Amino acid sequence: MSDTVTVTLKTFRFNAETDYLPYYKHYEMEVGKDELMLDLLNRIKWEHDGSFSYRRSCRHGICGACGIKVNGKATLACKQNALELVKLFGNELLIEPQSTKRAVKDMIIDKKDFWDKHAAVKPYVVADIDPHPEHETKQSIEEFNKFLDADLCIQCGSCHYACPVVEVNEDYFGPAAFVAAYRFTVDTRDEAGEERLELTAQMGQGVWDCVKCFECAEACPKEINPIEKITKLHNLQFEKKVAVSNVATRHAEGFVRSIKRHGFLDEADIVIYSEGYLGMYKHLKTAVKMLKAGKIHWQDSLPFVDNVPKSKNLSEIQKLIEISQTNKL
Amino acid sequence: MSNLKYALFTGCTAKQSTPELLSSTLAVAEKLGIEITILEEASCCGASHLQDFDEFLAHVLNARNICYAEKLGMTMITICNTCQLNSAMTKHALDTDPELKARVNEKLAEVGLEYKGTSEIKHFLYALIEDYGLEKIKDQVKVPLSQFNIAPFYGCHNIRPSELHHNVNGGENPYNPTSLDQLIEALEGHPVDYDHKNKCCGFHVELQANHTSEVLAGNAMVDAIDNNADLMVTPCPLCHLKMDTYQDDIGHVIGRDVELPVLHMPQMVALALGCTEKEIGLNFHVQKATQIYSEAQN
Repeated sequence: MSDTVTVTLKTFRFNAETDYLPYYKHYEMEVGKDELMLDLLNRIKWEHDGSFSYRRSCRHGICGACGIKVNGKATLACKQNALELVKLFGNELLIEPQSTKRAVKDMIIDKKDFWDKHAAVKPYVVADIDPHPEHETKQSIEEFNKFLDADLCIQCGSCHYACPVVEVNEDYFGPAAFVAAYRFTVDTRDEAGEERLELTAQMGQGVWDCVKCFECAEACPKEINPIEKITKLHNLQFEKKVAVSNVATRHAEGFVRSIKRHGFLDEADIVIYSEGYLGMYKHLKTAVKMLKAGKIHWQDSLPFVDNVPKSKNLSEIQKLIEISQTNKL
Repeated sequence: MSNLKYALFTGCTAKQSTPELLSSTLAVAEKLGIEITILEEASCCGASHLQDFDEFLAHVLNARNICYAEKLGMTMITICNTCQLNSAMTKHALDTDPELKARVNEKLAEVGLEYKGTSEIKHFLYALIEDYGLEKIKDQVKVPLSQFNIAPFYGCHNIRPSELHHNVNGGENPYNPTSLDQLIEALEGHPVDYDHKNKCCGFHVELQANHTSEVLAGNAMVDAIDNNADLMVTPCPLCHLKMDTYQDDIGHVIGRDVELPVLHMPQMVALALGCTEKEIGLNFHVQKATQIYSEAQN
């Protein structure tokens, strides 16, 4: 046992049926180099307190049951080596459920919001098919590759409960649902793509509320990179002409308008273009403050004054936009 | 003196709403003997929004920017996390996908350019720490920041996704980043330890999901304030804009006053290296920050 390290697990404990508030219990143990976080959860239960509760099943990173957070880091307990985390965070590890406010008992949370949102995007192939087909509906390698790696999702909830928008906006579908929406929308057998794109284009619940923090990309134990699929969904909205003109779509498209004129973004114009002149009342207070500080200039908002710095060789940029632009609003 | 030479991709904000970022960056480079060539040909990186509209076009424009750094045979440095992310994402995409690289180069050929993949892309923060070196920075400190509790705010796009940034940010771990803390210590300031240092400021949904944006920024600011921060420092001008410009709105949404000067990373370094008040440009902040200059001199 010479290469073990003494580790203290500061562990979230809570029983929704009997406890008014959660508390943290410290469990000290010697941890070996091959032990996984799941092994440590088992040892808490087997060696310290049999009432300690957590979900686990496959032990192979497939079932997605044992997602927890360690020092805030989304962790699939059966995939994560414990001493790697000790190296990162030190000898005291903070063991918490994926979402403390959803805790039912210790590491077990109520994942209802996750499953509801996942189900809402129809995470299955929708197709009118012969119930007694003579042969299977084959997918070519090219067709399969369109899914990227979205097919690998195990619904563990790591990305969903790492997403700061999920915490703030209860309507927001969240990264895992978007991955599923992308997966089935690009499936050539599926016929509900447009419906999913419309659903995920809605303000509040859809992809436009993504804050682009990349927490999901970091959290995914299957290395799926959910935000890559969120970007694909954004692009698909324009490709499939599902996008409607609103503050978010104009904001995305408005970048082309600015870059075409200046090379750089015209910071005043992008706000005016996205919000519309009538929508600008919301920004007047901020604009006045920025004016006072010299961050913007009063001429900036005048349509006939061009104060924006220009990129050198602007004509190159204009030419490249002309020949490379693939989407329109 | 150093023999470091970089091609600087300024990004849009440093040329418009945050002139203090550009002036302080150039002042720091001059003090440390770092040679900077501004990429005047560069365009906007797309800020992740152009990417939502037309990902291919964004790759073409970012590849063009990188071409100009390659022509100079220099590492391209950025002073905005979002510029860093989007440029690095294009570099990664083209370097790992020969078919995409060929498609992009076909477009670039029309304007006589070719993306080769020979230039590294690195944020100025890591150029200072990794290339110039913290020890050497320590030796240059003229105005120690010892009277300030400084909350480092890392900004998402320098640290996530870690796989993308790993080679150019000293292997910074997004769950426990340390570079800004180390830089603050090197300038003799006191880094504030707080949970939200590596969280999102909400800038990118300021227009379409204002409430989310204000809450995320507010959570971070309140956390910094409750841990006795005198000021916050960030390597990203978008984080700066969100947290400096919107303090009234943020306070209104979260139901608490948030008053905290938010400095750009190069402003903090410039302050400690004894750059001039004009170069540091604290007058360009919405939340009053000019007092920091005089306080630091005492």
